Amino acid sequence: MILATSFLQGQSLRDVLYIVAFSLFIQGLRGLSGPTTAVRGNRIAAVGMAIAVIATLLNPLEGNWGLIALGVALGTAVGVPAARQVKMTAMPQMVALFNGVGGGAVFLIAWAEFRLTHGYTNTPTYIAIFSLFAAIVGSVSFWGSNIAFGKLQEIIPGRPISFGSGQQIVNLVLLILAVAAGADIAAGDHSQGIFIGLLVCAALLGNAVVLPIGGADMPVVISLLNAFTGLSAAATGIALDNTALIVAGMIVGASGSILTNLMATAMNRSIPAIVAGGFGGGGAVEGASGAGEHAGTVRSTSAADAAIQLAYANRVMIVPGYGMAVAQAQHAVRELTKELEKRGVEIGYAIHPVAGRMPGHMNVLLAEADVPYDQLEEMDEANQEFSRTDVSLVIGANDVTNPAAKNTPSSPIYGMPILEVSDSHSVIVIKRSMNPGFAGIENELYYEPETTMLFGDAKSAVSEITAELAHI
Amino acid sequence: MILASTLTTNLAILVLAGFIGFVVISKVPNTLHTPLMSGTNAIHGIVLVGGLLVIGLAGNGTFNKVILVIAIAFGTINVVGGFLVTDRMLEMFKSKPKARAKEAEGKQPGGGPGEGKDKAP
Repeated sequence: MILATSFLQGQSLRDVLYIVAFSLFIQGLRGLSGPTTAVRGNRIAAVGMAIAVIATLLNPLEGNWGLIALGVALGTAVGVPAARQVKMTAMPQMVALFNGVGGGAVFLIAWAEFRLTHGYTNTPTYIAIFSLFAAIVGSVSFWGSNIAFGKLQEIIPGRPISFGSGQQIVNLVLLILAVAAGADIAAGDHSQGIFIGLLVCAALLGNAVVLPIGGADMPVVISLLNAFTGLSAAATGIALDNTALIVAGMIVGASGSILTNLMATAMNRSIPAIVAGGFGGGGAVEGASGAGEHAGTVRSTSAADAAIQLAYANRVMIVPGYGMAVAQAQHAVRELTKELEKRGVEIGYAIHPVAGRMPGHMNVLLAEADVPYDQLEEMDEANQEFSRTDVSLVIGANDVTNPAAKNTPSSPIYGMPILEVSDSHSVIVIKRSMNPGFAGIENELYYEPETTMLFGDAKSAVSEITAELAHI
Repeated sequence: MILASTLTTNLAILVLAGFIGFVVISKVPNTLHTPLMSGTNAIHGIVLVGGLLVIGLAGNGTFNKVILVIAIAFGTINVVGGFLVTDRMLEMFKSKPKARAKEAEGKQPGGGPGEGKDKAP
């Protein structure tokens, strides 16, 4: 640090390095939005982050090195193994968790700021306001992300947990309480009790907002919370008068909202509808009772029959979903399609934008299993192909194939674009049981005449079919 | 320093950064939504810098130190974990060049058995 002072005035060196960091962040993000440049983009952004951190530490007044080292060491010890060892299937909840701790850091910093300034004594009001905003939003993001993690990890049931019709009122009251506590502090109340009350209200709000949201909407929610954390980081930046935080936080806040919107559009859902309660209780009940009419017409098949059907098809479309991800069946699927290709069967993979639990989830898994990129077909492309497809093999996909989204206006997923697998000549569905999918609704597809069900774990069922193929 | 001008400068930076954020992510293929979300997620790990500033310049009192060390640890997890996870996700897209796609296309009609790289999982 002595070096830095003699070298330039520490402050301006720091600011110059911050500017370098911003350029790298922007460049990195631009890279991340294109398939060929994405890997490099991510690394460029990481370098930017390293520069921003080093620049901050160069500040001549910086101290408490031992504690800084301790915090960074703790974070590295947790973060690195978590990121390295997480399975590809668990990726979405990992992102939720990393987002959550970011929000956690934001509200803890705001709390420390409150304590260090003795309740914003002798501090300009605007600083108090931005800091309090960061505290509320950071706390909502922290708890909301943890609930999202819990739901995706299936610690908490993925179905919407509703508090009934009082839900909106509860949320509104919590929000008003948190804001009122903030206003009270900004107006000059130095009591820490009020600040803790604010954190608690925001925490409850985070829980209350995410708990009622159905699992299928979770990616959008995580993206939204990601944008929130960005905004709260930017607010922290204004409170601390630090441009690195303002710029990086705001870029994430803005790009995160755009991304949230893109995701919601891909699912044909509106963000307010998701936040206001997602898959409402009423719709889900109707969906369930509607399925009752069809009950009893499900036909199940065997691996041997499925193998025969597939072997004599000209064109087979694989429709992967979360079930494939859970069972880690992508390699088995690749083996099966290799066998079929040897027999001259034309193979395609129909990828719904939100198959799995996140956009791009299936692409990542299939790429891992060495599936040729040109066999992956996006939804619109695939939907044109189904009519000339002999067999569609649905592997653990459910809601994204549910015709109710097209035909049943009362269904909670009505309006969501789906893969129109029923256009194909026949459909084989590999599924563990008749349990409804993540959205908690029955799938009419299973009751249609061209559909047969092959019950079992995705990986073993696919391997069995491959084994049966050898006998044909 | 006049505080009002600090505020207005910072607000100007905030607004401009917001516009950059909007512009950068104008059109993204669906496939990249998850990695992009994860990447932006890592970038808001910049809160680590906030933790470093507060603890470095004014960290006094045991309780304050405890919450700030936790904040720094959280920020570090956000940064390190975020970038690593994004990198792992994107690794999956790598080595999918056109060459291999063409090879796969070429082998479809005939279906030569030995052509694909067979590696048992």
